Amino acid sequence: MARTRPPLVDCDIHNELWPGALRPYLPQRWREYDETYGGRADGGTSYPKGSPRAARADAWPPSGRPPGGDLDFMRAQHLDPYDIRYGVLNCLTTACRQQNPDYAAALCRAVNEWQVAEWLEKEPRLRAGIVVPYEDPQLAAQEIDRAAAHPGFVQVLLLVRTDEPLGRRRYTPIFEAAVRHGLPVGIHFGGGRGRNPLTASGWPSFYIEDHTAMAQAFQAQVVSMVVEGLFERFPALRVVLIEGGFGWLPSLVWRMDKHWARLRDEVGHLTRPPSEYVREHLWVTTQPIEEPPDPRHLLGVLDEMGGVDRVMFSTDYPHWDFDDPDRAIRARLDPDDRARILGGNAMALYGLP
Amino acid sequence: MAAHVVATVDEIPPGQRKIVEVDGRSIGVFNVAGRYYALRNTCPHAGARLCEGTLSGLVTSRSPGEYTYERDGEILRCPWHGWEFDVTTGRSWFDPDRTRVRSYETTVEPDPPPGPRPGPYVAERYEVEVRRRYVVVHV
Amino acid sequence: MVVELLGAGEARVYARPADWPDVALVDTDVHITPRSIDALAGFLPARWRDYVRESGVQSLESDLYPPRSPLSAMPGTRPEDGPPGSDLDLLRAQLLDPWRTRIAVTHCVYGVDGIHNPDWAVAMARAVNDWQHAEWLAVEPRLRGSVVVAAQDPARAADEIDRVGPLPEFVQVLMPVRARAPLGSRTFWPIYEAAQRHGLALAVYAGGAAGNPVTPVGAPSYYLEEYVGLAQAFQAQVVSLVCEGVPVRFPRLPIVLVESGFTWLPALMWRLDKNWKGLRREVPWVDRLPSEVIRASVRLTAQPIDAPDPARLGDVLDRLGSDRMLMFATDYPHHQFDDPALAAPADLPPDAMARFLGGTAHETYRLGEG
Repeated sequence: MARTRPPLVDCDIHNELWPGALRPYLPQRWREYDETYGGRADGGTSYPKGSPRAARADAWPPSGRPPGGDLDFMRAQHLDPYDIRYGVLNCLTTACRQQNPDYAAALCRAVNEWQVAEWLEKEPRLRAGIVVPYEDPQLAAQEIDRAAAHPGFVQVLLLVRTDEPLGRRRYTPIFEAAVRHGLPVGIHFGGGRGRNPLTASGWPSFYIEDHTAMAQAFQAQVVSMVVEGLFERFPALRVVLIEGGFGWLPSLVWRMDKHWARLRDEVGHLTRPPSEYVREHLWVTTQPIEEPPDPRHLLGVLDEMGGVDRVMFSTDYPHWDFDDPDRAIRARLDPDDRARILGGNAMALYGLP
Repeated sequence: MAAHVVATVDEIPPGQRKIVEVDGRSIGVFNVAGRYYALRNTCPHAGARLCEGTLSGLVTSRSPGEYTYERDGEILRCPWHGWEFDVTTGRSWFDPDRTRVRSYETTVEPDPPPGPRPGPYVAERYEVEVRRRYVVVHV
Repeated sequence: MVVELLGAGEARVYARPADWPDVALVDTDVHITPRSIDALAGFLPARWRDYVRESGVQSLESDLYPPRSPLSAMPGTRPEDGPPGSDLDLLRAQLLDPWRTRIAVTHCVYGVDGIHNPDWAVAMARAVNDWQHAEWLAVEPRLRGSVVVAAQDPARAADEIDRVGPLPEFVQVLMPVRARAPLGSRTFWPIYEAAQRHGLALAVYAGGAAGNPVTPVGAPSYYLEEYVGLAQAFQAQVVSLVCEGVPVRFPRLPIVLVESGFTWLPALMWRLDKNWKGLRREVPWVDRLPSEVIRASVRLTAQPIDAPDPARLGDVLDRLGSDRMLMFATDYPHHQFDDPALAAPADLPPDAMARFLGGTAHETYRLGEG
């Protein structure tokens, strides 16, 4: 039941591929490849989640499709009851990190066509991120150029665990294409191909560590993008960190500023303190929102971030660590701030009417 | 406190549950090894329909690397964030004093007790099944 | 000799601020290092002395700190004949005397963890321990030392702890934040068991040459990224140590994070607590909120203080929820602060300040009477 609240934009909803969903969208060559070989992405490392498909136990549609794979059920369980004005779909698929780059590109294209046909054209409240084979940035840029024409795509979607830090120059074509089309780049929780261990000391043992360590991957990406001068090269670039939390951001920015002051000669391409790039170019989504024992501490973090205008609400539906729009933020926010977080900031960033 | 007849005993066999509506409240009624327990169907954390979560056992440990699995079927995991609640008390595992879900007394009665406000089930089947035993939740 | 630091507009003297309370100051992060690998030769068995010479090994000093970077050493801390931190007289004159330091906890890593040959690593660790004891700890009563171990071979690392653990000048065992495996791993438990047996702390230091990229998304391009990234490496180690149950299994083993920064810790505790509430079945030996475990077991040396101003720092301390976690440190000879007054949080109540400057270190380390 929706309570009285400002318009809600959910910046992180997962639409899930169901078995065979991509067949109609794959060219014959890749359909055959798929039938003959199948995909390879994760290098065999995995941490079993706390629940099947990391989903809420109540999110399995009666149709038998996977959680997030049934638009009608998503409407009934999520979009309608929470009175969601817009939902941004971030389709998590291994298409984007297949080892075979051409197969990855074909799959991503198929995923995007499937998103248009099965989601964006059918439900006016939904928007989506363009899924791209980001480890082959040239192919990724081509897919951005192709897919950006559809108005339902509002960002380029990357996963945070990349093969190299995203500020490194090999990823430039992706950011170039995003800026060319005026699209933010969303970096979402997940990814990885088994190449880089989750920590600087290798692989931890447990899923709770994997999940917690995701915040460190986000921190590394922020540092890389800032310190490599990505925002000097692309002054119009906007980056959204999705499902990374944000409680760590002030401390990271302080640390960058402090050590930049002493080491700035090393990175002469930066013309300003790191904090300024972060403040101008980075947005964050809320889920999984930090739950400090004293909710006022969250207000403190928002203050340290320079206010709430870069913070956008998200639920992560249908996953287990879902945040409820009416209950997730326990701090007493100023009503205007609340409205900005729940919808205003996202509508401004994504250009939603 | 009002008694509400919510089910016949054989309607909720051991290990099973039934979600009922009492006075506009959603309540989960569980049969754990022949005893009945009733919990409010709302997780105190984020409001999920708690009683639709997974029933499992309690995992504890005496030392890292050692696992004890006991009380199978008595631990309810919230369908969203997986918080664990003791079905028999409504208390959470990690913060039993402060994080708990409302639990209600239950009894098994031979016939609907005199004067209770009928629950959702009894109205239709009462007359044909007078000899059955009933699960009653006291709210 | 006095080190002058260039602050905003004026030269500041590197010394204990006059308005600090007159408590026994414990500096929990001081780097020492051999003048050269030759300084260790006398402490190596003949076979390994020969091995070093015939292989032409020049140095084991890790290149984690670019040698001439302005963060690596304050101006004036480099002796004529060796790297910063290699001269005891200079250390006395620049650090111990002007700060009126009662105890300085030193550590020398010297790249032992990066050696691939485990037998050589064991020999080098032993040599570094004997060298630091003979040339520093036994000579200067204000110094305490850190046991270097070859974690490549945990059983022999434990033997080394048993060998030098009875020497009262050693107060902790060093493990790198960039290790061969997450530090909670049971592989390392013989080391922790030995450390606890001798009343030593486990110190996790900002370094390590085990070979994994410093970030979970690969190696960055710049040293600035790498240094900033060590904070994430520390976060992962805290998570690993807690989730694997090290504080449960070794309740009398303090875990000291050295040169880790600490402003990241509250957010990490929030995240880990939140995840634990739903996922704790996976690690059932963690039977309390991870934040409680952390507050009870983890101590942090206070440099670098990654906060922009005293007010923000005060907020962070409030969120830590404990004034018994941070310990004063200079990180000498590294250049972490221009104004010595900023080496301690402003406006700490007197008892908290006393704990920060020395009390917590006395509780953490076997220092004897304060």
